[in-house]
Amino acid sequence: MSRRAEVALWAAQRLTAALLAAFVLVHLATIVYAVRAGLSAAAILARVHSSLAWPAFYALFALAAAIHGAIGLRTVAAEWLSWRGRGADAAAVGVAIALAVAGLRAVVAVAA
Amino acid sequence: MDSAQAGSGELAVDVWRGGDDGRYQRFAVPRRASQTVLDVVTHIQRFLDPTLSYRFACRVGMCGSCAMTVNGKPRWTCRTHVDKVARDGRLTLGPLANMPVVRDLVADMGGFFDKWALARGQFAPTATRADPFAVVDPASAARREADAAIECIGCGVCYAACDVVAWNPAYLGPAALNRAWTLVNDVRDGARGKRLAAVAGDAGCHACHTLMSCTELCPKALSPTRSIAGLKRESLRALLSGKDAAP
Repeated sequence: MSRRAEVALWAAQRLTAALLAAFVLVHLATIVYAVRAGLSAAAILARVHSSLAWPAFYALFALAAAIHGAIGLRTVAAEWLSWRGRGADAAAVGVAIALAVAGLRAVVAVAA
Repeated sequence: MDSAQAGSGELAVDVWRGGDDGRYQRFAVPRRASQTVLDVVTHIQRFLDPTLSYRFACRVGMCGSCAMTVNGKPRWTCRTHVDKVARDGRLTLGPLANMPVVRDLVADMGGFFDKWALARGQFAPTATRADPFAVVDPASAARREADAAIECIGCGVCYAACDVVAWNPAYLGPAALNRAWTLVNDVRDGARGKRLAAVAGDAGCHACHTLMSCTELCPKALSPTRSIAGLKRESLRALLSGKDAAP
């Protein structure tokens, strides 16, 4: 992989980390609010269904986590398993796609 | 320091002997006041075993040749007092980590210095001797960045302390990147783009995990971590601006 691509991956890692830091806080605050307000599953689903913001938020969350996790695992594979090169890159892309599909599937299942 | 021990008693010193497949050998060394770890090694070689191999030159913290692993941590031995590092009158001395062992306390620093060249640690002049002297404002931001990193003596302590070097043998390491950072901030230098390209990527500054072992153990109290963070910033800026294209 070219150095330019490596720098781009590094930047993507930092950017998604910054996003995830905010997203996780919102996510945790939402959980605490839902639990303390005593919302039922049906009430939560009703609110999510009537909103575009929540599905958009969690779609972005899932994509950021997929990118961030895959880049991180690629580094872990290189440093701890000495697994580098095309095979490792392909595996990382596979992880990113799998995480994104799983996350977006959950978003669609709740929002649709 | 326990002053009652200084000048009396003995140190039990385990010293690495042989190459990569060597072992530790125990020596008993007299304890003295203001004794440095280098004094201990020199005593062993002069009086106990003249076959012991080790490096030193200046003895005053300038040359960067006497670094060894002292009780598990890389240190410059000429300015490391026994009182500060000995535990229960014991010392364990080995060659620097992350480098091949030549013999005993001597590590092969060839790869370490080769990486300085790979990081384009050479000054690339933009003027000739016919040109007037460059005027560099000591208070300018770039010069202050360079000054903060310039005092490296090339001892290899940071390189031996770095976990990323151990995990990623291609990683250029803190010293080479720190050197590159001083040149990136040198307004007289003409190889900024090529240097930023050379230090980018997974063998360069972007591999640093900011563990800060280099900064903690640098005997000159430099912060290679800070220099590497600067390189990350500038190489990303170069990538985004499209200038200084990385290969």
